[in-house]
Amino acid sequence: MVKHTNAREFNSTRRNILAGAAMGLAGLSALALSSTQALAQEEFITVASTTSTEQSGLFDHILPLFEEETGIEVRVIAQGTGQALDTGRRGDADVVFVHAKAAEEEFVEGGYGVERFEVMYNDFVVVGPNSDPAGVAGSDDVVEAFATIAETESTFASRGDDSGTHKAELALWGMADVEPGGNWYRETGSGMGPTLNTAAQMPAYALADRGTWISFQNRGDLEIVVEGDDRLFNQYGVILVNPEMHEHVKAEEGQAFIDWLVSEEGQEAIGSYELNGEQLFYPNAS
Amino acid sequence: MGQENAFLAAWRLIVELDPALVEIVILSLRVSLTAVLLASLLGLPIGAALAIYRFRGRGAAIVIFNAMMGLPPVVAGLVVYLLLSRSGPFGGLGLLFTPTAMIIAQTVLILPIVVSLTRQVIEDLWQEYEEQLRSLGSSTARAIPTLLRDARFSLITSVLAGFGRASAEVGAVLIVGGNIAGYTRTMTTAIALETARGDLALALGLGILLILLTLLLNTLAYGTGRFAQRTTG
Repeated sequence: MVKHTNAREFNSTRRNILAGAAMGLAGLSALALSSTQALAQEEFITVASTTSTEQSGLFDHILPLFEEETGIEVRVIAQGTGQALDTGRRGDADVVFVHAKAAEEEFVEGGYGVERFEVMYNDFVVVGPNSDPAGVAGSDDVVEAFATIAETESTFASRGDDSGTHKAELALWGMADVEPGGNWYRETGSGMGPTLNTAAQMPAYALADRGTWISFQNRGDLEIVVEGDDRLFNQYGVILVNPEMHEHVKAEEGQAFIDWLVSEEGQEAIGSYELNGEQLFYPNAS
Repeated sequence: MGQENAFLAAWRLIVELDPALVEIVILSLRVSLTAVLLASLLGLPIGAALAIYRFRGRGAAIVIFNAMMGLPPVVAGLVVYLLLSRSGPFGGLGLLFTPTAMIIAQTVLILPIVVSLTRQVIEDLWQEYEEQLRSLGSSTARAIPTLLRDARFSLITSVLAGFGRASAEVGAVLIVGGNIAGYTRTMTTAIALETARGDLALALGLGILLILLTLLLNTLAYGTGRFAQRTTG
């Protein structure tokens, strides 16, 4: 397949270089086009939110309503709460929509956010294998259940990713006076879904938000073992990233989204989202 | 919801041609093919130059490009993320979480593959050509287009290797694109999301579809190569 070169081909090298340059320009303009397309699109805001809201399908339900009303496209990036707040802190999102009150207040106090609005709540549930090796099924005292899991060294799958659910789990271990660690305590370092996938296979106990649990399809032998304790309450808040910190933040559009979420209409949209006949989130904006 | 439904899910995806899925497929192809085009435009000349020029640090450059073929996608993604973040040096461009950011990350990821494989092909060809080209009074720089042209059928493989890496990776596009529905969601990030949701049948169905697309593109490349080879002799 290797042809032998002759002088004629050398004369054509200039043409080849020109052709190469033309292709280079074409490539660069394709890249430029990709970015101008993004700019030319209608108004949009970027919202850093949590895997629990995205994976439960809530956004697919409420965002079309908001977009239709305002013409503002909402681009959601689903991360753990810790990472979502960090995305806001770096100025890479206009709004953060997360669930870890203490971290959210710290975010506002640090000047990264304007004001925190409460939007909705659901609750956490403890799920575990139906063989229930720790014997905690049916309990409504989550702290006692956590203490028993630790005592019996029953396998527990933790998010381990600084997410809202992870923070809530660590708080529960604290209340149970347990320093989690050792062979029975496995940190997956990943989102709620992957952690449930892992827990189903081990099998292991895990703390999950109810929204993700209801929408999760690969449960295996897992079922809810503890629920209904007040300490499993899970509040979601929404915060506009401070435009004084990052001047490109789309304050007007971002605030419009927040105002809509806490408005009667937005609250109704949240409350009307059901999956498998179960309501996933309860609106409670004040 | 067992994995045996995956083929059914894949089949349904293809037959129903859901508009959201079509969008995802088009975005995946647009991102990966643009990245391949850019990496080839940069990588083919760099690889050829690395093959025929002798300079200080050449060995080090070759080793670095070879090693970077193993660059973890998640690291490439993280570096591009930090560069494009509003708090980073190119934050003013506002490119983070856009398809352009994904193209940049994938270009960084596959450039070393194109450079390294090109260098090897051209180096072998150069050994054969060098004497003849020099006797014709050609400068080294002018030899590059000729070498690339004559090696074009072998170079298709290096470009395809780059495309394979780009279309298969999830780490880089997930970090710099954000997996935004309808905007930066690609085949691979959609597969990751469906796995996270525990819908393994749909995830595997998407995977089968991606493999079929890759197979189709490679068949086209192979067929075109064979056809061109036959017609140009």
